Amino acid sequence: MVKREPSFQIFGELFVTCNLWPEIFIYFQNSEESMSGEQAEIVIETLTKEFEDVTAVKELSLAVSKGELFGLLGPNGAGKTTTINVLCGLVQPTSGSATVAGYDVLKERKQIKSLIGVCPQDTAVFDYLTGRENIEFFGNLHLMSREKLKKHVSTLLERMGLTEDADRRVQKYSGGMRRRVNLAMALVHDPQIAFLDEPTVAMDPQSRRAVWEFIKGLKNVGKTVILTTHYMEEAEELCDRVGIIDYGTLIALGSPDQLTEKFGVKNLEEVFIELTGRHIREGV
Amino acid sequence: MKIQRIFSFAKKDLKSILREPGNLFLVILFPVVLTVVFGISFGAIGSEQTTVYQIGLVNMDSGVNPEWSHTFTENLVHMEILKTHDYVDETAAQNDLVQGKIHGVIVIPELFGESCNSFVRSPEDPSSWVETTVELYLDSGSLFATQVIPPIVQQVLVSLVGGEQPASLSIPIQVGIPSLIDAEKLTMFDYMAPGIFPFAAIFLIMIVAQSFTVDREKGLLRRINTTPATPAEFMLGHTMSNMVMAIIQVALVFLMAFIIGYSSPAEKSGLVFAFVIVTVFALCCVGFGLITAAISKSPGAATGISFIFILPLMFLGTFVSVGFSSVTQAAGKFVPSYYVTDALTSLLLRGAPVTSSTVVLDFVVVLASSVVVLVVGVVLFEKYGNA
Repeated sequence: MVKREPSFQIFGELFVTCNLWPEIFIYFQNSEESMSGEQAEIVIETLTKEFEDVTAVKELSLAVSKGELFGLLGPNGAGKTTTINVLCGLVQPTSGSATVAGYDVLKERKQIKSLIGVCPQDTAVFDYLTGRENIEFFGNLHLMSREKLKKHVSTLLERMGLTEDADRRVQKYSGGMRRRVNLAMALVHDPQIAFLDEPTVAMDPQSRRAVWEFIKGLKNVGKTVILTTHYMEEAEELCDRVGIIDYGTLIALGSPDQLTEKFGVKNLEEVFIELTGRHIREGV
Repeated sequence: MKIQRIFSFAKKDLKSILREPGNLFLVILFPVVLTVVFGISFGAIGSEQTTVYQIGLVNMDSGVNPEWSHTFTENLVHMEILKTHDYVDETAAQNDLVQGKIHGVIVIPELFGESCNSFVRSPEDPSSWVETTVELYLDSGSLFATQVIPPIVQQVLVSLVGGEQPASLSIPIQVGIPSLIDAEKLTMFDYMAPGIFPFAAIFLIMIVAQSFTVDREKGLLRRINTTPATPAEFMLGHTMSNMVMAIIQVALVFLMAFIIGYSSPAEKSGLVFAFVIVTVFALCCVGFGLITAAISKSPGAATGISFIFILPLMFLGTFVSVGFSSVTQAAGKFVPSYYVTDALTSLLLRGAPVTSSTVVLDFVVVLASSVVVLVVGVVLFEKYGNA
């Protein structure tokens, strides 16, 4: 597939303003590591999404480079999922634009859909199918060959620790197992770009650790991953860069180390408190 | 459009029906149980003896061709399911009907003989026919009398003027042939069966509506929307799986009906065509299911809303409708199930050939309405239900 040059190229510097906290006016210089000459895989430019009288995302601009593991952080209702939904072509933006692998999210959804894998926040699995059948189903929607599909499914089941239960119906799975199937369904076709929306929420620590290792593996093979989470330790562990969103507005952007250093704090949770005066899990 | 995706959708859906006890009951067990229960209740099993209906006969035909009304009367008498009682006037007959002494009254009109003669003279020229009406009064309290008697009278009339090819008048006329219906071998179930077959298929509406709304509620439709699968592949896959289920359902209902003793004068081609008509009707039910899913916000709402379609289809178009008022029965002509039942009655009860005008017309109506309903369902679901 021929990749296009993204239309939006202003990534050397990024201004982030927050209207809700006028006293905060942040000027971040984009991380050199993340953008050093690499082609942007995902570009979001002044994206706004309104639902009736609620503004879910407000003039969001950022870029994610190829092979980067980018974290979107923020409390529930901050606009993380809406942003991902726009990038997946599920929701049309009210204004602004976005491209995924050079394809416009409004005009070229078909091309985007063949490149992405989406793991939704709420576990979306067919209860009456087995774990294996659920994963195979999504592989078939991506037209995988029988041999390749079989191989990928076996590998995924093994890496997710689901091999023994693969042929049981999902309705009999525990919550953690269902979430692992949920993730495997998104990645069975080996997508170029993975959108993982809170993939470890409500998981037990052991399962979460296994999924973290899996996500690290994706980065190691050059996949671009957008990860939304409100677990700050998860972002610190996994992400090359993070964007912190609150009330639909990007309030901070950079690598975890950069942000903690910038605010002189120990971790991203404290960064969020510095910026908003609230804990991230308090919600909005 | 990719076959792999369509088959994947269809396969997944079939598993949903076969593995979910609720769905399995509605699609497979319910129709089979319904058929067996009706078969046992209405004489298909272990019943060689048939209920005899008492009919009052008022012959007003005093014209120049009384032999027609006499033959018609003889043919009615020949049918052992009816016992006729002659009345000299309509009032006396209706009094007995009101008092429950008889199940119905047949009034042969004054110009009955001339009407038959006019048909014999010019079978291809309806404009020259003398139009008359055989009046029929039935005990509204007897569901089965109202169900059984009209097709018998109609069939005897058709046989009288049309000869040995019932349900088709475009044939050489033979007068005086005794009734071709072996009524003594028919049970009430035989009369009801043509309405039971579409009755079973109607519940596909609920299955389809629930299936789509459950998937939507769980976020599965949104998830599928993030894949390259197209709406056409999605819809085709679901339609295919529901058609497969409909075929299995219809086959089981037919099989059970025949196993428990359902008898039909239909030829093999008639049976096959009956099967085809019900299957096409199932397509219509899939369409209604999609419309239901499009306007329902939750699976619970879908169950309730599906009855907006299920009830009219059931009460106006299947065996249930027979005992209703003439207005209600006329309203039945606006629901596809009416035409399915009508075609199946012609095929299975009267033994009409598949080429008869009644059957062909019914099939065309069922096919056309199924296509229209399905298209409307797909469009509405795409617009409002696939969020």
